[in-house]
Amino acid sequence: MKWLRYIAVLFLSILPVPLSAEELDMDEYLYGHVLDSYEWHITTVNGHPVSIPLPVIVHSKTTGWHVFSSRHLEEGPYEGFYLVHDPETHKERIMEQTPDGDVRPLDISITKNVAGLMFNSLVLVLLILIGARWYKKHDAREEAPGGFAGLIEMLVSMVEDDIIKPCVGPDYKRYSPYLLTAFFFIFVNNLLGIVPFFPGGANITGNIAVTFAMAMFTFLAVNLFGNKHYYKDIFWPDVPMFLKVIPLMPLIEIIGMFTKPFSLMVRLFANILAGHMMILGVVAVVFLTAELGAAMNSGLTVIAVVFGVFMDILELLVAFLQAYIFTMLSSVFIGLSRQHPEEEKE
Amino acid sequence: MSLITPDFGLLFWMTLIFGIVFFVLAKFGFPVITDMVRKRKERIDQSIADARAIEARMAALAEEQRQMLDEARKEQSAILKEASETKARILAEAKEQARAEADKILADARTQIAAEKESALRDVRKEVALLSVSIAEKILRKDLSVDEAQREYIDKMVDETTRAGIN
Repeated sequence: MKWLRYIAVLFLSILPVPLSAEELDMDEYLYGHVLDSYEWHITTVNGHPVSIPLPVIVHSKTTGWHVFSSRHLEEGPYEGFYLVHDPETHKERIMEQTPDGDVRPLDISITKNVAGLMFNSLVLVLLILIGARWYKKHDAREEAPGGFAGLIEMLVSMVEDDIIKPCVGPDYKRYSPYLLTAFFFIFVNNLLGIVPFFPGGANITGNIAVTFAMAMFTFLAVNLFGNKHYYKDIFWPDVPMFLKVIPLMPLIEIIGMFTKPFSLMVRLFANILAGHMMILGVVAVVFLTAELGAAMNSGLTVIAVVFGVFMDILELLVAFLQAYIFTMLSSVFIGLSRQHPEEEKE
Repeated sequence: MSLITPDFGLLFWMTLIFGIVFFVLAKFGFPVITDMVRKRKERIDQSIADARAIEARMAALAEEQRQMLDEARKEQSAILKEASETKARILAEAKEQARAEADKILADARTQIAAEKESALRDVRKEVALLSVSIAEKILRKDLSVDEAQREYIDKMVDETTRAGIN
């Protein structure tokens, strides 16, 4: 019976169905999904976009702060601000009309990514605090949590025991909260980024500003608390004198201070962005092949769905892996800045 | 403002949000969990160490108990052996004593019997002497005046009789 139904569906799908031959703008589709925007586009019903307007917060040098809904920007200039759509970079931005020509105002709008970030952060905080609440009601020395608290404890213990402890070294307790926060922050944002519908789906960890901030925190954690030995290795390393007189080694070491977090930033950004692009591309196959006829379209749709499932599962792995790698490398960098010279002699 | 240039607004919010998340989680979230896990780990380690110590003590106790049991058994067998020896000794002594007693009683009886016999014999002899004397008197009264030969015979008889009476 089941097979009969499948065959019937297959035949029906081969029948020529009049499809709305709307040309899919691939660039617009891809960038529209992975880039930030001033409104949260959820879906399009009968040609009408369904989206959540988000607050625009801008500061003009001449007229001060302006806070208004992004809905006003659709109709044209509002309070002297208007939306520019750059066809080169596919990025929207707000410009201000001034007598001296159009300038870019200070823009701290709650964009789609900021809203997503807030939602995901709320989810993260709730997850961890609900997990931590168990310990207030129970004596953890007498019993171990099960269920949700057990899951959180398992993840926390896994990150602490497998990444933080061995990589940071004896001072790990001091850095453990930051590194755990970084891990779970990236992990939750990665996972919710894979969820294809509102309120997930915002490409947060695939945005360079987010990964830049994450890398900056690691940079601060490494360099603010680096010990004497770490700074001696940078400015006066144990190398032949001529390499220090012409400060070649210190130069390399100082560049190294910045390349480490830079690599963190780019790795996370590129991995997540590429994952989103891949999934979007696979899904786009369904729409791009609509013109090729029903048979071709349905065949390729099956392939696209299979690939989409594969990519989604792969992205689940990547979501975990990138959080793991970011945390591990941050731990290693912190560990290097807390190294004790006596350990090195051994 | 393209794909690879960080947007200031987002950077600002990201820093703020991450800072708040970090503050909340570092204060109320992760340390609670990690500290408790650490404490539980310590507790488990401690419990295992305790269990090991108790195990060792139990083994020592069992060994001690075994030794005590061994000792008691040895003592028991020693006591039993001694008791059986004592029993044998007492029996032997009693037998010996009984035999000695019996011997003594027998000897006493013998001497008494001998003495009784002696006195009885003496009485009989006295009686016989008296009897023979009276018999002799009776005979003599009848025939003594007959002749000289008879006189001689009587003398001899008296002599013999007196000798026997002395004996």
